[in-house]
Amino acid sequence: MNAVLDAAAMVQSNPHNPVHGVPVLLANGVEKTYGNGTHALQRLKLEIGRGEFVSLLGPSGCGKSTLLKMFAGLEQPSAGHVRWWGKGQINHSAAEQKLAMVFQEATLMPWAKVADNVRLPLDLAGVPRAQSQRRVDDALQLVGLGQFGHVYPRELSGGMQMRASIARALATEPNLLLMDEPFGALDEFTRNRLDSDLRQLWAARDLTVVFVTHSIYEAVYLSSRVVVMGARPGRVIADVAINGPQQRDEAYRTSAEFIQQCAQLSALLAEANAEGGH
Amino acid sequence: MTASHMPLLANPAVQRIAAPLLVGAVLLGIWQILCVALDVPVYLVPSPADIGRTLVADGPLLLGSLWVTLKITLLSFLLAVVLGVLAAFVFVQSRVIEASLFPYAILLQVTPVVAIAPLIIIWVSNTTLALVVCATLVAIFPVISNTVLGLRSVNPGLLNLFKLNRASRWQTLLRLRIPSALPFFFGGLRIASGLALIGAVVAEFVAGTGGTGAGLAYQILQAGFQMNIPRLFAALVLISLTGVLLFSVMAALARLSLGHWHDSEQG
Repeated sequence: MNAVLDAAAMVQSNPHNPVHGVPVLLANGVEKTYGNGTHALQRLKLEIGRGEFVSLLGPSGCGKSTLLKMFAGLEQPSAGHVRWWGKGQINHSAAEQKLAMVFQEATLMPWAKVADNVRLPLDLAGVPRAQSQRRVDDALQLVGLGQFGHVYPRELSGGMQMRASIARALATEPNLLLMDEPFGALDEFTRNRLDSDLRQLWAARDLTVVFVTHSIYEAVYLSSRVVVMGARPGRVIADVAINGPQQRDEAYRTSAEFIQQCAQLSALLAEANAEGGH
Repeated sequence: MTASHMPLLANPAVQRIAAPLLVGAVLLGIWQILCVALDVPVYLVPSPADIGRTLVADGPLLLGSLWVTLKITLLSFLLAVVLGVLAAFVFVQSRVIEASLFPYAILLQVTPVVAIAPLIIIWVSNTTLALVVCATLVAIFPVISNTVLGLRSVNPGLLNLFKLNRASRWQTLLRLRIPSALPFFFGGLRIASGLALIGAVVAEFVAGTGGTGAGLAYQILQAGFQMNIPRLFAALVLISLTGVLLFSVMAALARLSLGHWHDSEQG
């Protein structure tokens, strides 16, 4: 449990090289067609390895959120299949195959204190209170909300609410974290800070992240790999490795490398949008 | 500037209580002055002082009737809440159940109680029970519709979160649906409490009970027949005060249970 905070130890046991072996997530020939004929995803193939930080980047309507919901098991593909750690469904009893999701909004229960919100997944899973309390405290500490467990969500700023939402996901000690444009509604300053905190968090843990965003800068800053998606129908257009340094800070945002990667993705996205316009 | 240094009328708490009281006092004063100045006969419009005197003089009689009306109001309100919430839980089980039953709930709401009260009084021999049934019919609809609305008004994101964490149906109900429904439920309570009182009074008008079990509606009817207009007004005052009191209790209840998180109870 203390390993949560013991970043150094985790880094050694988990060098963030894509581990060869069973992919954490695999989408094969995935299609999604809605009742009204909307083709949200078309023959999509995507493999995500252990320890990767993958951003799904694309214009609205490219099906990136739909794909993420499928990865969460909240939606079923119309055709094709999704595999979690090589299995056709999520194995909820395996401790090293835990999945958590952070939504577009903080999605906190307004009637429950922050700590109770963070504890919710543990309560639902029947984790004993003594154990869950420590995990909740650790998670709140980790996102910088150690002093705010006993306040109600409405008393927190938007950025702090999002932090609480991340703490709720972390409290379950996930191996796979799915994030659906979590910082989209925040101001740029807050978003940059949360991006940087998230990146550090990921680097310190054995954590695979799939992050949906429509911000090129955010994708490049955070990711080890960016999957560019196109709209109508939703599909993968490009799969780009981001070769930035392991340790990323504000200076990285102004480095030539960063700007060059952003320009490359920007061109790919423009191309995708031009095609989609037909 | 702290509260103690503020001019008294700038204090929001004082404003909330003192301002309406002041308006009431001014209106009563004007009423009193007009009655005296124009020499209005007491059997047309009694002055507030006349009404006050009657309230004191007829106190025992009126308080006894108030107790009868209050008893019927509270019983039917309680019944409306219990049955209404139960009905709401049944309705939200499936769209089919709601679609097949909700029209009849609406039927209940749109049928005037005056029109069905005679029937109920014939069917139910115990007068008190008959009045309770009538008042419950009047009060139950807002409880049902508000609770159904509340149980359905769950943040879809939170519902996904519960699904993702494989919450059971029971856990979802207890930890998500019921808390989400509370603000709506209390809104329903506020309306239902007033309607229960109206239902109790209207039903008694129709039933026209007398003797020891006479409520305020009966006193109003009798006072009207006897041209005892001050007593009629005194009974009216008691009914209104009861309504205001019920509303305040419901508001306090809502504030007590929602005040710490829901926007409707802030400021």
